[in-house]
Amino acid sequence: MLEIKHLSYRVDGEDGGVDILRDVSLTVEDKKFVVVTGPNGGGKTSLARAVMGIYQPTGGSIFWNGEDITRLSVTERAQRGISYGFQQPPRFKGMKVRDLLNVAAGKEMSHDSACDYLTKVGLCARDYIDRDVDASLSGGEVKRIEIATVLARRSELMIFDEPEAGIDLWSFARLTDTFQEIHDKKEATILIISHQERIIRLADEIILIANGAVAARGSVEEIYPKIIADTVTGCSRLEVDRKC
Amino acid sequence: MLNEIQKNILAIVADMKGTGEGAVNIRSDGQKAFRRNTEHIVIESKTDKDGIDIRIAPGTKDESVHIPVVLTKGGFKDMVYNDFFVGEGADVTIVAGCGIHNCSDCDSQHDGIHTFYVGKNAKVKYIEKHYGEGEGEGKRILNPQTVLYLEEGASVTLETSQIRGVDDTKRYTKVECRGAGSEVIIRENLLTHGDQKAVSEMDVFLSGFDTKAQVISRSVAQDASAQIFYPRVSGDNKCFGHVQCDAIIMGSAKVRAIPEISCNHVDASLIHEAAIGRIAGEQIMKLMTLGLTAEQAEQKILEGFLR
Repeated sequence: MLEIKHLSYRVDGEDGGVDILRDVSLTVEDKKFVVVTGPNGGGKTSLARAVMGIYQPTGGSIFWNGEDITRLSVTERAQRGISYGFQQPPRFKGMKVRDLLNVAAGKEMSHDSACDYLTKVGLCARDYIDRDVDASLSGGEVKRIEIATVLARRSELMIFDEPEAGIDLWSFARLTDTFQEIHDKKEATILIISHQERIIRLADEIILIANGAVAARGSVEEIYPKIIADTVTGCSRLEVDRKC
Repeated sequence: MLNEIQKNILAIVADMKGTGEGAVNIRSDGQKAFRRNTEHIVIESKTDKDGIDIRIAPGTKDESVHIPVVLTKGGFKDMVYNDFFVGEGADVTIVAGCGIHNCSDCDSQHDGIHTFYVGKNAKVKYIEKHYGEGEGEGKRILNPQTVLYLEEGASVTLETSQIRGVDDTKRYTKVECRGAGSEVIIRENLLTHGDQKAVSEMDVFLSGFDTKAQVISRSVAQDASAQIFYPRVSGDNKCFGHVQCDAIIMGSAKVRAIPEISCNHVDASLIHEAAIGRIAGEQIMKLMTLGLTAEQAEQKILEGFLR
């Protein structure tokens, strides 16, 4: 179980400090599918990065399976079963797709296993397995390889930051099927940052983050109509401390 | 008989177990240590200077030549001239690594001048690895020169790499694609560390009609080491050339990349790219999210980059 208690994250800005996350508390139960959504700049990515350890929070704590992991490194969290799919993954000159999958799996994978993970993200494995993860791949291809590395890690908690960004409609459909399959088989807890209705509708729970705080949380039926209403009026009633 | 140090170096620089297979010439501390010819590949000692002639018969297919050099005598300086005559239509792999084991306080040095005459439609893959080891204060110095003349339709892939432990190197590579349709691919990987110095110069002349050259340099400069990379490609006919220099800089190292392209013909098309930078933090972070430590991540990135 993931527990976030009174988490805050403040960074230095030109006019003093800026609060990116403010007193965020939430719990994600095991094997749940949770979507974090909300306006751009609201703190979603910062929250996910804080859970992975990429950002160090300035206050509060994070517990994973009962252990306080707030001060643990990214590596230590990865070794405890947390993985993270970057919104804009890096490229690696000279490193092949197969190498990256092997690192993710922590062992030399069989050809078939490596190909399975690529297929799950809509890539034709034969065409990609021996390619370098470099500029010869499009943004969408790198993104799908990134997601495949998270799947290959077989972590207890999989965090994805906007997995839909840069991915074509056909691959996206394959990807949502994969998320659904992981959820149905109870293979992992999934925490996804997304704005995509199709992903949002898969969720057990939606957490709305705005202005660095939890603006609302609940089931799809409870939260999604409010999101739609916001988009119709062009004004986020869900944002905290904001008068429309 | 080869001792354990020699065997170890041969394995590193030439992937050889013992005396390997195919045509072989092992040079150790300035002397011929072992030689084997085959039906199609004949190696002969030069009579006017130190070195060998390697004659590969026309039409030779899928054969290899290994001509590694090992220096284990501290303070030894070696200079050798090796000429390769690759017959028409041959398709061979040539492996020519050099390793220095220097436990003395005097400098050890090997200068190898390799000249290739690559016949019509011949295909050559040339692999050269350089490596140094030993606890002595003496430097390990390697200065290779590689000169290639390509006839019509000839194709050469050069894969050169400096693995580790070479204190000082001045590399010079010259390629003349003078035959129509000839092409060369040069892949150079270079690692320097400590206060090592490396200079690599190249001249590629695309003088034949419809010739091609691709130069891919990948280098890593660690600690306080310094590198200079100076590839020059000249297009004197309808041709295509691409120079790509990528370097990762670490610690207080210094890297200069000065690619130069000269078009002397209206149908010559030449491109160069150069990039020098540190390992991106996001790359390290990504591999850490996959369970590697920062040090392991860095090593993994360098391994891939220099592959």
